[in-house]
Amino acid sequence: MPLLEISNLKKSYAAPDGGTHVVVDVPDFKLEAQAQVALSGESGSGKTTFLNLIAGILAPDTGSIKLNGQELAGLRESARDRVRATTIGYIFQTFNLLQGYTALENVLLGMSFGPGADREFAKTLLKRVGLEAKLNHLPRQLSTGQQQRVAVARALANRPKLVLADEPTGNLDHANAGESLKLIREACRENGAALLLVSHDREVLGQFESVQKLGKLNRAAAQPLS
Amino acid sequence: MTLPLIVAKSLRQHLLSTVVTAASIALAGGLLMAVWVVKTQSNDAFTKQNAGFDAVLGARSAKLQLVLNAIFHLEASPGNLPWADYEDIAKNSAVALALPIAVGDNYHGYRLVGTTTNLFAVEHAPGRKYRLAEGESFLPGYMEAVLGSFAAQQLKLKVGDKFHPYHGLTFDEKQKHEELYVVTGILEPSNTPADRVIWIPLEGVQHMKGHDAKTSTEISAVLVKLKNPIAGRGLELMYNKQGNRLTFAWPIAQVVAELFGKIAWFDKVLELVAWLVAAVATGSVLASIYNSMNERRRDIAILRALGARAHTIFLAVVLECAAIAVLGMVAAFAVYLGITGVAAHIIRTETGVVLNAFAWHPILAWAPAAMIGLSALAGVIPALKAYRTNVAENLVPVS
Repeated sequence: MPLLEISNLKKSYAAPDGGTHVVVDVPDFKLEAQAQVALSGESGSGKTTFLNLIAGILAPDTGSIKLNGQELAGLRESARDRVRATTIGYIFQTFNLLQGYTALENVLLGMSFGPGADREFAKTLLKRVGLEAKLNHLPRQLSTGQQQRVAVARALANRPKLVLADEPTGNLDHANAGESLKLIREACRENGAALLLVSHDREVLGQFESVQKLGKLNRAAAQPLS
Repeated sequence: MTLPLIVAKSLRQHLLSTVVTAASIALAGGLLMAVWVVKTQSNDAFTKQNAGFDAVLGARSAKLQLVLNAIFHLEASPGNLPWADYEDIAKNSAVALALPIAVGDNYHGYRLVGTTTNLFAVEHAPGRKYRLAEGESFLPGYMEAVLGSFAAQQLKLKVGDKFHPYHGLTFDEKQKHEELYVVTGILEPSNTPADRVIWIPLEGVQHMKGHDAKTSTEISAVLVKLKNPIAGRGLELMYNKQGNRLTFAWPIAQVVAELFGKIAWFDKVLELVAWLVAAVATGSVLASIYNSMNERRRDIAILRALGARAHTIFLAVVLECAAIAVLGMVAAFAVYLGITGVAAHIIRTETGVVLNAFAWHPILAWAPAAMIGLSALAGVIPALKAYRTNVAENLVPVS
């Protein structure tokens, strides 16, 4: 059974002209456990909305999202929050670290709403991403690359089955991007998590054995958001 | 641990507004508690204060003026009464002890009260009589003085020191008497108005040079201790209803309570002002948190993306408001002690009545509870805004 199984997923927004604008229309998508898949998508192809639907941050209009055998589409918001807290790790393009929290506290928060805070595991993760000497540093005291590594550690903090990565190297320079991508893939593999990464960077996509075009996957991608 | 961590971090991230808002809560809470405690304690202290006596006999006047003059050593004397009136009441079978007093002089604003050594037989509180802390009592007929503890402390007089009294109840340096009095003793603190008095022999006031010779056998009032307080009813009838020359002020507590009844409106105004200040301070918590919600939206969205439930965020905002109030109310106790300390000093200086800022009063529990509760309630409005934060929209950085 696939880890993630999506069918007939649709999401639309109200358009300024009063009509509706379909952003996501994915008839079928599957992701196996521990698999690593990259989705290529240009700006406006609905990639962030697609990931937010999988993460349960957004509720679909219609369709089905089965994650680890559990149907997310019909769940209430609080139940989707619970699934996200226990099953999903999320790496954002802008890292989205909480600026008032240290590196260690950011990672601890990544597990607090799910399995519960485990200080030793949080330290292990930060050590794994090479930040054992920066545990008590605030994000502003870290370089961009180091912030991205904290974000990677945080995404794995709740021992997720699926890690979603939205343009995770988009804010990094060439050298850091390659290193960071390698780290994300290795860390997911070591922790038994599947990885679904969205990017428009050909170098990033070239690292993956499995790449799918979001333009083909998402029928709504042909009508990009204005 | 997550909620306290989120609350603590948020308080720290918005440190300036946290401190300012907590300070406003501290001022409001301190004022509220101080107003209540000073009001109730002074009411209790004055109405329960009788310096060991049940009644006062004096010239025909308002009972309140008589009590304020003879017990609290405030106000002018309403007039004199002949020595014979003292002798009459002293031998009344219902009277346990009668103490004649004569007033009319002061030393730097502290009253000289002429009396007899029977003063030392008075039990001003159960089991406690006026006792000398140092020195000895004055001798009748001699220019000797025993100072109340507060008067001695303020006037910096000690046993063996000498002073010239001044005529009148308020200090006027042109009104200096020739007589030279020597301090023979200082009383232990009694926490009664007697602490503010300079006690001298009765004859001292009666025969002070410059006083009207016709009044040399008169006294200002008689302080009366009854064998049974109920017996005051009969004496009240005798002096107040059947005669028109003298006034028998009994019971003292009721006379003073009438004064507080007359100024009850002032208490109400004070209470209202204190509550308004508290309401404004609570409103400042709401305004402070609500106005910062825009800059918090991204943090809230990140927490939600990490799996925090909307009600967790709601609770965090409410708890943050309550935490500001807790910090404020901790500081409020310092404000309370400051205000109460100053008020107690003024009241003691002016009346001799002692208030205790450290004494327990229920307001010290329910004012903090009310302020914290109201602040948490005020937090519901920004918390609802936080609850409704659109996660997907706010995960994107604001440029």
